[in-house]
Amino acid sequence: MVHAFKNNGYNIVMDVNSGAIHVVDELVYDIVNVFKDLSESEIREKFKDAYQEEEISEAYEEVCQLEKEGRLFTKDVYMPRLKSFDSRPIVVKALCLHIAHDCNLACEYCFAGKGEYHGDREMMSATTGKKALDFLVKNSGTRKHLEVDFFGGEPTMNMGVVKEIVAYGRELEKTTDKIFRFTLTTNGLLLDDEMLEYINREMSNVVLSIDGRKEVNDRMRPFRNKKTDASVYDTILPKYKKVAESRGQERYYVRGTFTRNNLDFAKDVLHLADQGFKQVSVEPVVAPESEDYAIRQEDLPRILEQYDELAKEMADRSKRGEGFNFFHFMIDLEGGPCVIKRLQGCGSGCEYLSVVPNGDLYPCHQFAGNEDMKMGNVDEGVVNTSLRSEFHKSNVYTKPDCQDCFAKFYCSGGCAANAYNFTGDINGNYPIGCEMQKKRVECAIMLKAAEVKG
Amino acid sequence: MKHITTINDRVLNDTLEHGGCGECQTSCQSACKTSCTVGNQNCENEENK
Repeated sequence: MVHAFKNNGYNIVMDVNSGAIHVVDELVYDIVNVFKDLSESEIREKFKDAYQEEEISEAYEEVCQLEKEGRLFTKDVYMPRLKSFDSRPIVVKALCLHIAHDCNLACEYCFAGKGEYHGDREMMSATTGKKALDFLVKNSGTRKHLEVDFFGGEPTMNMGVVKEIVAYGRELEKTTDKIFRFTLTTNGLLLDDEMLEYINREMSNVVLSIDGRKEVNDRMRPFRNKKTDASVYDTILPKYKKVAESRGQERYYVRGTFTRNNLDFAKDVLHLADQGFKQVSVEPVVAPESEDYAIRQEDLPRILEQYDELAKEMADRSKRGEGFNFFHFMIDLEGGPCVIKRLQGCGSGCEYLSVVPNGDLYPCHQFAGNEDMKMGNVDEGVVNTSLRSEFHKSNVYTKPDCQDCFAKFYCSGGCAANAYNFTGDINGNYPIGCEMQKKRVECAIMLKAAEVKG
Repeated sequence: MKHITTINDRVLNDTLEHGGCGECQTSCQSACKTSCTVGNQNCENEENK
């Protein structure tokens, strides 16, 4: 499968199965689009008025050469591997710990129902957290690197327990061959110097929630006490700048959500970059269409245009030495994930599980609180093995809508929770999400082309 | 080549043999939490680089 597209003045040809990316001139771009439908003489005839004959011959030869080298029009050789894929060992390597089902903000779009995940406010105990780490070590097989994310609600509302769990993990590292990578997601309200020092010592990554411009952030991310005049943005921004600098502008993200209320979200990304942040992630809201802030089909043209504008601006800034990373445009063409990882995706329900405050296990943080998706608990482990099996078997090839999509080895079939929420099936797809994902892949590749071609 | 610049050396087929060690980061542990972004994770397997 070949996908040819134009972006920011570059003609780009992706060979989907091999992952090879080519930047081509107009002539090759035209030839590639008809290469499999027309013979060589038909191609010469078709383009004889637009290009010189000698040029056509040269370009045609180059396309043929890439095909011979296995970098263009390659076949999918991964399907036969699927048999062994289904029988791969079941291991758990990452946990999302819902350390606090409570929050000191009342974000309008919170998929956690303003922190409580549609249940009661609840804090995880240190005992439950430690059991979660024991469960993780016990079920991690030969995996060395284990990941634990402290999530909420707002995890810093239960920071004492976070510290106890981390200390326990460091002890486990001494008696096992495992290495824990801890991460924390926070809204920043309770962040102080002491907490920052701790985070910098123990957390391999920290995610700092902020949506962008002041009015955008404060509209959707208000304090719980709506009578206050204080601005959440003004409260957290100086703290976040301190975090970013203290970590050398690495191993953190300022992370926002855009909604129908700020379809000009490129401005929010650039606003965060203008504040000096080098690691930025701003993602589309996930919400039922009944919410007025939910993204709708009719919003797509504007959103896709915003991604293009953002990518173009990022290419320009990079040339001026003012570049920054935007999570959804990051792509590592030389050292990125192997094809096996790309087939299986995020690992939810299998390699990655979430643990709610009472110790129950769910396929990921987005399923937390959905009783149908409960998988077990930290005492007994995964007991709903049929549900785990569904997730274990799910891959790019079990998703019918992904088969002809050029982005399938970049998104790995997309987010299971989004698919489930939209279609009731983890192998379904969420078309609005897919359209945005495809555009982001194109933009990411254009940025790589700009790096190489200048 | 005069008309084509290939911008990556490594192709996915090359990662089949040593792939699947599973040591790389789980995508939702980085920054996403609401969308699947596997293609931007780093490979941790030296044999695959």
